Formats: sequence, C-alpha cells, structure tokens
Amino acid sequence: QGKFTLLQDTRTDGSFLVHHFLSFYLRAGCKVCFVALLQSFSHYNIVAQKLGVSLTAAKERGQLVFLEGLKSCLDLVFGEEEEEQSGQPSPLQFMSESASNLKALFDFVRTSLTPTGSDSWQGPVLLVDDLGVLLSLGATPVAVLDFIHYCRVAVCSQLKGNVVVLVHSNEDSEDEENELVVNSLCHHSDLILWVEGLATGFCKDVHGQIKIIRRASLELTAEQDHVQIYQYKIQDKNVTFFARGLSAAVL
Amino acid sequence: LVFTEEDKYGLYSNLLFKYFLAEGVVCGHDLFVASAKDHPDNILKELPAPLLDDTHRHELGEEATAVKSEDFQDSMKIAWRYQNLPKVEASPTTSTKFGHYYDVSKTMSPELSQSIKWHSFYLPEELSSQPKMKTCNMNSAYARLLHSIQRIIYQEGFDGSDPQKKQKTILRIGIQSLGSMLWGDDICSSDTPEDIHSLTKFLYVLRGLLRKSLSACIITVPAHLIQNKAIMERVTNLSDTVVGLESFIGSERETNPLYKDYHGLVHVHQIPRLNSLICDVSDTKDLAFRLKRKLFTIERLHLPPDLSDTVSRASKQDLAESAKLLSSGCGAMAIGKKHLDF
Repeated sequence: QGKFTLLQDTRTDGSFLVHHFLSFYLRAGCKVCFVALLQSFSHYNIVAQKLGVSLTAAKERGQLVFLEGLKSCLDLVFGEEEEEQSGQPSPLQFMSESASNLKALFDFVRTSLTPTGSDSWQGPVLLVDDLGVLLSLGATPVAVLDFIHYCRVAVCSQLKGNVVVLVHSNEDSEDEENELVVNSLCHHSDLILWVEGLATGFCKDVHGQIKIIRRASLELTAEQDHVQIYQYKIQDKNVTFFARGLSAAVL
Repeated sequence: LVFTEEDKYGLYSNLLFKYFLAEGVVCGHDLFVASAKDHPDNILKELPAPLLDDTHRHELGEEATAVKSEDFQDSMKIAWRYQNLPKVEASPTTSTKFGHYYDVSKTMSPELSQSIKWHSFYLPEELSSQPKMKTCNMNSAYARLLHSIQRIIYQEGFDGSDPQKKQKTILRIGIQSLGSMLWGDDICSSDTPEDIHSLTKFLYVLRGLLRKSLSACIITVPAHLIQNKAIMERVTNLSDTVVGLESFIGSERETNPLYKDYHGLVHVHQIPRLNSLICDVSDTKDLAFRLKRKLFTIERLHLPPDLSDTVSRASKQDLAESAKLLSSGCGAMAIGKKHLDF
C-alpha cells in the first residue's frame, strides 16, 4: 500500500509491464485510474483481453477510469467553443494555455480516485503511460514533477493507494528535460523495474533484461537497495522470466 | 504513423514517399498530399508506374532458377557443414507477395492517378486563404495542416462519425519535409529553436487523428538538419514506425568496398507494437538499398567476398567499425523485411 513504482525502459519497449500491472490491479479488485497518453483504448483493450481481463467491462462497472490522451487532445484542438465552456475543463488543457500547469490533469486524477459512498473497491491505483509524452506536449519538467508529487500525496498518502508510472530513459540521451524527470523519480520511488535490451545486442530468444530494485534505503533501516536481475522473453499472451543465461533456447 | 528520416539530399526519401502514394493509387485508396516545397500536383504526376505482374515475376523467376541450378551442381567440399543450412536469400521468393512493384523509370499514367480521389495541401496557397484558427500554441502552418486533415477525414467519413458515409477504403496521407524551414519551423536551422514543442504537438494530434480514423500516414523529415537531438528522441517515441535512410552520396562510405553494391543504408529504428505484447521479429537488422535502373530494392546487407591477395586490407579497420555500427542498433525488436515491397 502507498507505494510508488517506477517503470523505466532503456532502448526497448517496457509497455508490456504496463499491460501487466493494469490487468493485475484490475483482477485484484482495485479501482484504477489509467492515464493512457500514448495509445488508443482499443490497443490496451485487445492486449488486456489476451491477458484475461476486459477493459470495457471494468469501465462499465466503474472500476476503471480511462483517460485516453489522444482522444482528449483531439477534443481540445478540434472541439467546438460552446462545448468547452459548458463541460468540465479538459485534463490536457495545458496544451493550449501558455502557462504549463498540470493542475487540470491532477484534478481529473483526484476526482476519479476519491472513493464515493457506494464504492467497494480495494485501494486506488494510478497508472500512467507514459510520462515523457507530457514533456513532448509542452509541459516543463518542473510541472511534471509537481504533478507526480501531488498525485503521490493524494493517492499514496491520503488514499493509501499505489502509483505506477512508465518513463523512457537512455544513458546518452540528449533529452535533458526527460533525464531530469527520470532521475528525480528514481530517487523517490519505492520500487524500480528497469527494462533494458541486452548489452550484447539483439537476440531472438531473449528480448531483454529486467532489473528489479527495491529501495530499502528509503526506509529508516540502514539497508542497501536490493537488486535482482532477470531476463525475459515476450510471447503473444505471456512474458516468461528466467535467470540470466538460462533461457530456454540455451538449455 | 510511418516516420522517415530523410537522407542528405532527399533523393531516396522522395522515392519512398512516392512509392507510398503510388501504392495508394493502385490499391484504390484516397490520397492526401501535403507539401511546402513541391506542389502536390507535380508530385502526383511523378509517381512511378506499377509493374505488370507477369513481366516482373518472369524476371524474378529467371533469377531464382539460375541460382538454383548452379548450386545443385557443386556440393561444398571444404565448408560442407554449411550445406545443411538454409540458403540465405537476399531477395524474397515470389511466393509471398505483398503490395505491388513499381518501375522507377516510367511515370504513372494519368488515367490511373486520376482514378482515385485525392486532396492536397500546398502551404504557400493555404497561408493566404484560411482565416485564423485555434492553434494551441503550435506553429500556424502545422495547425492549418491539422485542421485540413481533420476536415477531410470528417467530410469523407473516414472516422465513422457519420453513419451514412460508410467508407470502404482508407486515406493515405503523405507529408513531405516536415520540420524544414519551409513550414515556418526553425528546428532545422537553430540550436535553440523558439518553440521546440510544435513538431511533437503536431505529431501527437496527428497520431490521435490517425487512431480515430481509417488512415495511414508517412512523413519525411530532414532529420540530419535538426540540431536538437532531444526532439528526434521524442518524435521517435510518438511514432509507430521510424525508418532512416542514409545515402552514400558524398560521404566516405561511397568508396568503401563494403558498400560497393549499394546506394545507401536503411536504419529501422522502431517498428509498431500495436494490439499485442510482441511485434514481428526478423533475423536481420542490417538493410541496405540500391536504385537500379528500374527498381528500388532494399536488401540484406552482406559483405562482398574478401578476394584480395594481401593479408590485411587497408579498410579492415573500417569494416570492423561498420560492422559494429550495424549490429548495435536498438535493443527493441526491429523488423527488417527482406525486401520491402511497395
């Protein structure tokens, strides 16, 4: 409870972890607010069905609040004037304003995860895919970090829920703003799942390696961070993990 | 959303662009062509003509049979272990046919190109006509283009919003040389551009439009001119497919014997991973292209045989470096179709 998990990928695509966490929390009966900035709803829905969860059903019973970034953005850019004034402000409003303030997005997250009287779900969960898109859309790194901070306070501390965020990073990246955000988040996370391609290059049977870092050093005991490294292979409906060097193709 | 990084002189990326549009014509799709440089009418006049099936298959068939007959005659004596491995094919067999082939030396007949519905967006014309519109802090040229695309999608019913206009075809959108100075964006000319978010915002909104409608889009960008590499990283993240073309014209690689059969390299930076956990993987990521008189082909890059008498080649150093460059690539799975058919 109350944990902040950072999903980080370097030179590869870590979105399979997002799909995993989405179906995991939905199956566990948590109320999930999914800020999906990069792909459309149907993409997540199709993959979730392969993993055994139906997103449409979850949305209908109120367990899942899905913010489809692409659709919101279209409504914002091509929407009619009258619609804007009558309805609520769009969560992606910062795109059209000059002050890059992610408050509207945060308000959206908070209202969707605050439990109403009739809810009987387990703890709330905020899932973001992926944070770098906010930078591409014009938010400053400080605004993004503020947004995450507010979300943490609201979701982790007040509502005792979890937050899972996906970011991309790269050692020799020239995108300084992105690296700033990622570094800062790394320091504040309770759990980091870091997905990378293999150092030896492309391989058909082992798609990459994942480092699981449990930040024991954040707690007040004088422990070191606990690091585990596994390799993985992604299949159509499943991801298999195995110890380094023990891929099925080798044994 | 297919994002193409242009080669230095834009020769080959233009060719790829035209192939995309020509395929649209042949398949009966609608076209939308946007450019700030060449008038879309001219672009459409220069599309390559499709090859008639029988002649080309005949040619390919001839090559394939010629190769086969040679091999059966002599079985390997020294490297006999390799005999059992499947033959590496530089170009595909005719059994899997996807798309059409085009003859670069001829242009498409006007009857064929007029047979489909096409829309155009030529920036110098548009700038003078349209009234001001909501821009979301984006470059006004990009905003106009977006509104134009959205209007076509809505009017022609590609987004399914109007139940009466059922669309049976898709819209192929081609945008040429985006991000160049002709579009009013200074990311190609200065190190600290005025608005680094314009291009990425444009791409995000475009992505939303494409996801919501029956359309596909190819964009070519003079990536070598963009000074701020952060933009390229963000753009890669926002696109489905990213392909870079590197031509050997004017570079030191032109004389490198490693590349003597080819005109350039194809770098596949990203492939789409849509609606599934995995994406298609192929064996190789080293692709090169060459422009023959009639065909533009993309093949696996293979080293020419080392037939020199001297023990050490002067260029062995270069070879090692090139080989390193080729295999590092991206950790993400990259698809390399052995022969990209257009």
